[in-house]
Amino acid sequence: MSAVFSIHETFRGDFTYRNSPAAIRRFPLPFPEDNYMYSVNIEPHLPGPPGSVTEFAFDVDEHYVAECRERAIVLAAEPLRYQALPHMMSSQWDCLELIMESLARDYPAHFSLSKQGNRWHWINRPLEIDQHFTFGDAATLPREPLDYITRQAQGDFVVMDQREGDLWTEAGMVTTQADWSLDFDIGMTFKEWHGPVPLAHELQVFDRALKFLLNLRLGQPVRRLNWTMTVNPRLDTSPENYHSWGTDRASVTPQNAGDKVHLRVELQGLWRLPRSNAVVFGIRCYLISLKELSTVPKWARRVHRVLRDLHPALVDYKGLTRYRDAAVEWLAPFDDGSPTTPGTAPE
Amino acid sequence: MNDSQTISVEVVGVEQVTPQIKHFKLAPVGGGSLPVFSGGSHIIVVMQGANRVHKNPYSLLGSPSQLDTYEIGVRRMEESRGGSHFMHDTIKLGSRLEIAHPVNLFALDKIARKHVLIAGGIGITPFLAQLEDLHEGGVPYELHYSVRSSEHAAFLERLRSREGDRLHMYYDSDGQTIPFQPLLANQPLGTHVYVCGPAGMINHVIATAHACGWPDSHIHWEQFSAPPGGDAFDAFLARSKISVHVPPDRTLLESIEAAGVEVPYLCRGGVCGFCFTRVLELDGQLIHNDHFLSDADKARGKSIMPCVSRAQCTRLVLDL
Repeated sequence: MSAVFSIHETFRGDFTYRNSPAAIRRFPLPFPEDNYMYSVNIEPHLPGPPGSVTEFAFDVDEHYVAECRERAIVLAAEPLRYQALPHMMSSQWDCLELIMESLARDYPAHFSLSKQGNRWHWINRPLEIDQHFTFGDAATLPREPLDYITRQAQGDFVVMDQREGDLWTEAGMVTTQADWSLDFDIGMTFKEWHGPVPLAHELQVFDRALKFLLNLRLGQPVRRLNWTMTVNPRLDTSPENYHSWGTDRASVTPQNAGDKVHLRVELQGLWRLPRSNAVVFGIRCYLISLKELSTVPKWARRVHRVLRDLHPALVDYKGLTRYRDAAVEWLAPFDDGSPTTPGTAPE
Repeated sequence: MNDSQTISVEVVGVEQVTPQIKHFKLAPVGGGSLPVFSGGSHIIVVMQGANRVHKNPYSLLGSPSQLDTYEIGVRRMEESRGGSHFMHDTIKLGSRLEIAHPVNLFALDKIARKHVLIAGGIGITPFLAQLEDLHEGGVPYELHYSVRSSEHAAFLERLRSREGDRLHMYYDSDGQTIPFQPLLANQPLGTHVYVCGPAGMINHVIATAHACGWPDSHIHWEQFSAPPGGDAFDAFLARSKISVHVPPDRTLLESIEAAGVEVPYLCRGGVCGFCFTRVLELDGQLIHNDHFLSDADKARGKSIMPCVSRAQCTRLVLDL
């Protein structure tokens, strides 16, 4: 996406975040059908069509500059949103390399990376960063490598060490999360981390996902979509700050749901890291208001049906209980009952 | 399983380092760098023989930070099905091979307080790369390396110059054996043990460690089984609706692949579990040679690892 950055938009306070018509058309709708239940919906993270959110390893879109500013605001108030246990340093360099190489290769107008042996030179034009450093020597960067590079990336990152036939959540940058906390989860195994998810354990989703990820191969990343909903375009819905956003749920009415209620989609990517043999889990968050969504008739019909018929346990888990009915009521006029075409394309 | 994503390499170094072991250096065709890897990783080497394809796993033994070449050590197996003989007899300077991206099934534990590495013979190879990582880590370690005699001590000069008194050598010819019991009984809490070598050595280390009270999480081992041959048999692939003949010197996996059916794999040595295949019908018995299935699963006879295991039967139906 050759984006013009919306550098002044906000994800708090006056909530000026909006999607351009082009951003709406490329929104990663997570519903290929008119109903939703968990599945191990993992697929190879291969390049998608030009302009799509999966065209490149990491999607940089019109919200890039504003999202990086939002991350800095969160970190200034709560530094523990970034953490890395001491044995994760080699995985930090792996992540820095992966992100820098991907961005420089895929967005040469915005980023460049040059190397002379271990002497690296990184330029990030949108954020006006020009950094010389020595790869492998953390003292040559202003912050730890993972902290440094994920402040220049959209979406959250969790790095999992692999040992004892498990994946351990032991480093990460988490500021755009759907109500979970790195500070609480750090050090947990894969299943401990996913403990609160309802139904999926019984379906053995995590047994299968863990087995799959333990064998994730170098150079063969995978991805999946996950989703929930958020009131107002707020990226930082953290348990630490529940007091500042939890009450927003009570503000939704059938009249204002189109502006207030946002579908929140996570494009989750997983890469095996070469030096550390760790796995990095990227969780990129996309927000779209119901009003923006309703500009695509097929999507309005489909999301109306998905929300209306959603399993009660998922309504609770995703925190939709208070406003699901209002959102369904707002969407209902867009659903004339006509069928939707298969797949997620706008039409 | 990604033969479409193999890397073409050229042999740029061959050295006979012991009477049985050759050391190969592989560089990417056309120059450039090979993928970064972690110590303990292996690659699958794909060898195009005259009338068959060999795919063997070999540990990477070079430094993970030297990526202009990969280094492997190949022991000439006495009862080779051809792979190691092909490497020894046919592959020379300038030969071309295909390799798959590195996979690590034998990684160092990053929160270990100490590492005890135990190698027997060709089992030294994964440790050579791990030692490069350990040099930088600041965690104490020691290496116990057992060989038949001094002429069989592959890579000894490299080890002596870098490891100093952390290297402990044992020569069968001089009646020396690794003192497994005192070694494993006297380690600080948080020590991890890693063993790579003959099956007898691996089993002995595991049993001794258990007897000394070590938890499984702190015992690591890797052994790529050279798939043993056996009687010929036939398998019917239920989903593909074809019958496959498995001759005495080929594996079930190779025979299935030769019939054009793809089975996912990572190690081809009975370790990773990737080629797990369900057995739908069987009128004889399976000969399990893998390290992946539990004894109970092996006894149940409902699954097989076709990379190393075979069957003695008149009818075998697989879910493929």
